[in-house]
Amino acid sequence: MMLDGTTAEVANRSALRINPAKTCQPIGAMYASLGIQGCMPHSHGSQGCCAYHRSHLTRHFKEPVMATTSSFTEGASVFGGMANLNQALKNIFTIYNPDIVAVHTTCLSEVIGDDIPSIVAKARESGAVPEGKIVIHANTPSFVGSHVTGFANMVSAMVNYLSESTGETKNQINVLPGYVEPADMRELKRLAAAVGVDIVMFPDTSGVLDGPLTGEYELFPRGGATVEQIKSSGDNIATLGLGHFASHIAAATLESKCNVPAAFLELPIGVTATDRFVDALRSYADVEVPEAVENERGRLVDLMSDLHQYFHGKRVAVSGDPDHVIALTQLLLELEMKPVYAITGSTGNQFEKRMHELLDGPVPEAKIKQNADLFELHQWMKNEPVDLLITNTYGKHIARTEDVPFVRFGFPILDRAAHRYYPTLGYAGAINLINQILNVILDRKDRDCPEAWYELVQ
Amino acid sequence: MPASTDIAILPDRAASIVEAGSAGGPVKCGKGSVAGSVSQRACVFCGSRVVLYPITDALHIVHGPIGCAAYTWDIRGAQSSGPQLFRNAFSTDLQELDVIYGGEQKLEHALLDLIAQHGPKAAFVYSTCIVGLIGDDVKAICKRVAAATNIPVLSVASEGFKGTKKDGYRAACEAVQHLVGTGDTSDIGPHSINLMGDFNIAGESWVIRDYFERIGIQVVATITGDGRVDAIRRCHGAKLNLVQCSGSMTHLAKSMEQDYGVPFKRVSFFGIEDMAAALYETARFFDSPELLDKARALVAEEVAKIMPQLSAWRADLNGRKAAVYVGGAFKAFSLVRALRTIGMTTAVVGTQTGDAEDYDQLREMCDPGTIIVDDSNPLELAKFCLAQDVDLFIGGVKERPIAYKLGIGFCDHNHERKECLAGFVGMLNFAREVHATVTSPVWNYVPRRAGAAHLELEEARS
Repeated sequence: MMLDGTTAEVANRSALRINPAKTCQPIGAMYASLGIQGCMPHSHGSQGCCAYHRSHLTRHFKEPVMATTSSFTEGASVFGGMANLNQALKNIFTIYNPDIVAVHTTCLSEVIGDDIPSIVAKARESGAVPEGKIVIHANTPSFVGSHVTGFANMVSAMVNYLSESTGETKNQINVLPGYVEPADMRELKRLAAAVGVDIVMFPDTSGVLDGPLTGEYELFPRGGATVEQIKSSGDNIATLGLGHFASHIAAATLESKCNVPAAFLELPIGVTATDRFVDALRSYADVEVPEAVENERGRLVDLMSDLHQYFHGKRVAVSGDPDHVIALTQLLLELEMKPVYAITGSTGNQFEKRMHELLDGPVPEAKIKQNADLFELHQWMKNEPVDLLITNTYGKHIARTEDVPFVRFGFPILDRAAHRYYPTLGYAGAINLINQILNVILDRKDRDCPEAWYELVQ
Repeated sequence: MPASTDIAILPDRAASIVEAGSAGGPVKCGKGSVAGSVSQRACVFCGSRVVLYPITDALHIVHGPIGCAAYTWDIRGAQSSGPQLFRNAFSTDLQELDVIYGGEQKLEHALLDLIAQHGPKAAFVYSTCIVGLIGDDVKAICKRVAAATNIPVLSVASEGFKGTKKDGYRAACEAVQHLVGTGDTSDIGPHSINLMGDFNIAGESWVIRDYFERIGIQVVATITGDGRVDAIRRCHGAKLNLVQCSGSMTHLAKSMEQDYGVPFKRVSFFGIEDMAAALYETARFFDSPELLDKARALVAEEVAKIMPQLSAWRADLNGRKAAVYVGGAFKAFSLVRALRTIGMTTAVVGTQTGDAEDYDQLREMCDPGTIIVDDSNPLELAKFCLAQDVDLFIGGVKERPIAYKLGIGFCDHNHERKECLAGFVGMLNFAREVHATVTSPVWNYVPRRAGAAHLELEEARS
């Protein structure tokens, strides 16, 4: 098997990443850009970056993913990418006619030091950017951060370039959803509507990366947050930034730029975190939580009580984006499971700090690590096994090698398709997630138990 | 917003699109993509990685930021009959400080650690965009590590911006060249070949190797599908190179001809005609009536096995139209022929890397009116598919969801397919996949097609 060479002895590695639990900034920026209606993401670098990011997003979402590239060659790498970006903008607006272009940089354009705002300003002067069209940008060198920071930087760029304060407060709440699936964004909108609160959510990839089959290929599907909506975010009552790593910068920027108070919440995965989200909506909008939403919550808790005996004490290993792992760990604790290993490939002390807060009490033996990789997680599992592994698709080799029940969660999921339709956020999302976890645990029990214990009723 | 049917073609792109049967100049091709286009092409690094990755008992380490390793981690179904080391993702994961101070030390440590741990037969070090810019002396490090570890450590000059995917193929060939000529050739017989430019996607190299061995031809090395370093070291002892993916391996074949006098032939293993031709041509090359007889017997036996089923599917597929957009021109030729075998015509055909002669040949092969295109983009492809009203799209990962959105069947003929499409058994698999997707009832629910289905029903009733 692929991972047969993985040994149990954990050695300190300073110079080598084996089987990464993250990827690079530009893909996160590209994903965020797709959440603006009528937006063309533009990759300022070599063709390969754009092709890889589009391919990878396509593999995950099973949807067409559009983006353009500056097509750097050796010349551009020596003399700078100004001519390429200028030409690119001209072509993009002439042919594809988007409302807005969201430029992100790559390691190449960052190292040669292209100054995107001044190139865009010149392009506007030369007529390459038509009147009324918008160009925003984010710096996303691949040698800094991860896909999560790339996402955060592009959301922050939306605020920097677009959010405006007219001085008139609108009775709406901004929701920055974090690096989550289109289904999750759809679920957040549904939940907010159910609570009775008007929200402006950006980015919003629902309707863009989970569009219907119409027999037409639309370059810019009709989903996504509109530029007008993002502009209006500066006039709203408050901003709920979901996920420290994906949404903090944008929420804080909006607060300092337009005086919109920011509430920093964790991703609403599980009961407690969703309660906090619903409560924040309720208190800012000054509404009562309707019975329908309370019933939703009640159904989730009912399910958890029906099933708690299957989860109790089970050892779990988790890997993923820091916001995902923090929120998921809370759900696992609500189920009385034991997240004994939790890693993220991304870097950020907030991750370890928060994870220790969560786990030091209930699971003092837990191993927590930022800037880690799947090879290391696998080594831990070799030393002391777990009952369940939750990672993105890349964990499947570990699950097979160690014969561990496996739930796919996060980004990317390359070998399943329906994940984009089933939210994992909110009360409804928790039901879906708990169902997945239960199924792999019971399937394993059915597979491994002696014949006498093979039960029809569980 | 433009819908796909009414978009304009970029003026710079007009000369890259022609129709078979109509007059006009040569197809403009071999150029870098226009900045600002949604190009389906990738970079130099991608080209190198694709070609070398299936060498299964070598260590492959990407020297660069994490993305380049992450996106090429185990994404292609290049299968191995033994070692699995190649499927891991190893990277130096360059950080900001490395970009400032250089990543040489990091690379050296990583290589020494990995070689000590896994004992690979050789190591390949891929340079990415940024390594080219910061100027790490990768060659020198490889030399040092090779001396310290006593295995070949080969640098692959695959900086992304240094050209196109094609240049990456060349860099890969140049790296492999260092292995060729270093192994013992004493037990290689007179009827011996190397299979080049097959990557053992879904076990295809195994199928092809089996055919040649059955007719008495020794396969010294498969380069690079299910590749082994020791086999590549002695592959110069073979008497003939068969080059399938011409784009990727012609460079290596030419240099082996020059350095070791091993001639090469460009062949294709896709479709009945091309597979049979490859076997016959090889037999004729060795000037052996016995080999030729055996080849004929093998072709007859294999074709007889698949023909009844092919004919049954052909009845359903007759007259249906396909669009083809693939990497190399040789694959496009084979596909046009293979589609003909199952009764289908090709209404759109394009490649990422074809040259002017390739496009001339496509013009001759295809029916008048067929759209022929170089380095196309999704909007163009969608436009052509709708204009030609095709029933099937053959392409790669980024094209699949576009075809589906249009309500068109799809067959993956790129590196992500899960089905063996080479050889006679591959023709059967190909026909099965095409038949399944083209005749799928799901297209009856697509608005555009639903209208047509309704009309057909009305006609049948009246």
